[in-house]
Amino acid sequence: MQQIIFFFIRNKNFLLFVLLFSASVALTLQTHSYHSNKLVNSANFLSGGVYSFKSSITEYFDLKEQNQLLINENNRLRQLLEVQKEIGSVTYLDSLDTSFPFHFVPAKVINNSYFKTKNKLTINKGRTDSLDIDMGVITSLGVVGIVDDVSANYATVQSILNTNSQINAKLKKSEHFGTLEWNTKTPNMVSLTYIPRIAKVSVGDTVSTGGKSTIFPEDILIGAVAQFTLNEGDDYYDITVELFNDMTNLKHVYVIENTNSEEIQLLENGGDDDAE
Amino acid sequence: MQNNEIVVNTVRFIAVVLFQILLFNHINFLGYINPYVYIVFILVFPLTSSKSLLILLSFILGLTIDMFGDSGGIHAAACVFIGYIRPAVLKFSFGVSYEYNTIKISKANFGQQFTYVGLMVVLHHLVLFSLEIFSTEHILLVLKSTLFSGIFSTILILCTILLFSKKS
Repeated sequence: MQQIIFFFIRNKNFLLFVLLFSASVALTLQTHSYHSNKLVNSANFLSGGVYSFKSSITEYFDLKEQNQLLINENNRLRQLLEVQKEIGSVTYLDSLDTSFPFHFVPAKVINNSYFKTKNKLTINKGRTDSLDIDMGVITSLGVVGIVDDVSANYATVQSILNTNSQINAKLKKSEHFGTLEWNTKTPNMVSLTYIPRIAKVSVGDTVSTGGKSTIFPEDILIGAVAQFTLNEGDDYYDITVELFNDMTNLKHVYVIENTNSEEIQLLENGGDDDAE
Repeated sequence: MQNNEIVVNTVRFIAVVLFQILLFNHINFLGYINPYVYIVFILVFPLTSSKSLLILLSFILGLTIDMFGDSGGIHAAACVFIGYIRPAVLKFSFGVSYEYNTIKISKANFGQQFTYVGLMVVLHHLVLFSLEIFSTEHILLVLKSTLFSGIFSTILILCTILLFSKKS
């Protein structure tokens, strides 16, 4: 205790100076808003730095929730986007308007395979979520496949990497359409057939869905042309398409319901008017 | 005598403050240069008095000027700094002898006088303008103001010391 008092007595001038100087500076900072602003700014720089470091660690704890929120928002926006493509303006059309045929349901992939010749995925939505067979399945990057079988709460999807899979696709720039099939060689390359020789093809051209089937709406991305050949005697190109999707790590997908599909198919099959 | 000293210093204090706020703050030479002559109080404060008293009095002096100028605490801070650093500057300009002999500043060698006054003024103005501008980008402005105001203040302070020393 005595040491402290001695310390104070020995340095009384310095301490007095420090005290009064701090008082004056504090008074200055308080009086001028520019000064106090600068002080607050530099304090913010320090506190901001510490807080952003802390939040970069704690944000890992609610990733799951954030992901779900983002998926829901994506779904909503995708719906709006499809509507806008159809109509050209979203100001008056409610995205849940039943006159618009495509509805999107988000789902998660719980099982996947990509190394067999007939690959299937399992998703965690089923009949209770209004899924049905022959619905298209896509991700934000591109096409995944078509729903194969549906149970109450789950569904299996026939992946694009399946020898049975035949998806209507077109060259985005020229609207020439053909069929997408898989040659079982690699999980990220599929072949586009039936593109006639008068079409102009170059490497890097985008391939998207053609819209000529009731399963996928038009202009959903699939991939880009990786290479193509046209032999002299052929009527059609031999195009290899590299998928935008990485089929090996699929997680969040959207299932597309086309409310007009039944009607269109009935019409195309020329069947009797068996309205139910 | 103690009493006499207190009276003299009180009168000096009041006179210096009044002159500063009524006269010198409104000169605005070239638009922005003001001499700060009030620090002559700190400069000629009796050399043998206690340092703590000096620091305290400089704070009050600066604060008074601040109150009249609405400038927050910049003069107070600058004056406190000057008050604290005065012994060191005295030792530098007059040599160690100032502690033992009562050197009257007005009777001293002009070179020493000029060093003492000039140094104190520059230090005071530096702290003052740095606090006023409070930004490292405008350091040139700080230096410029310090220089010009410093020159002006130094000249005026030297004249003041000269003026008030012939009496005794």
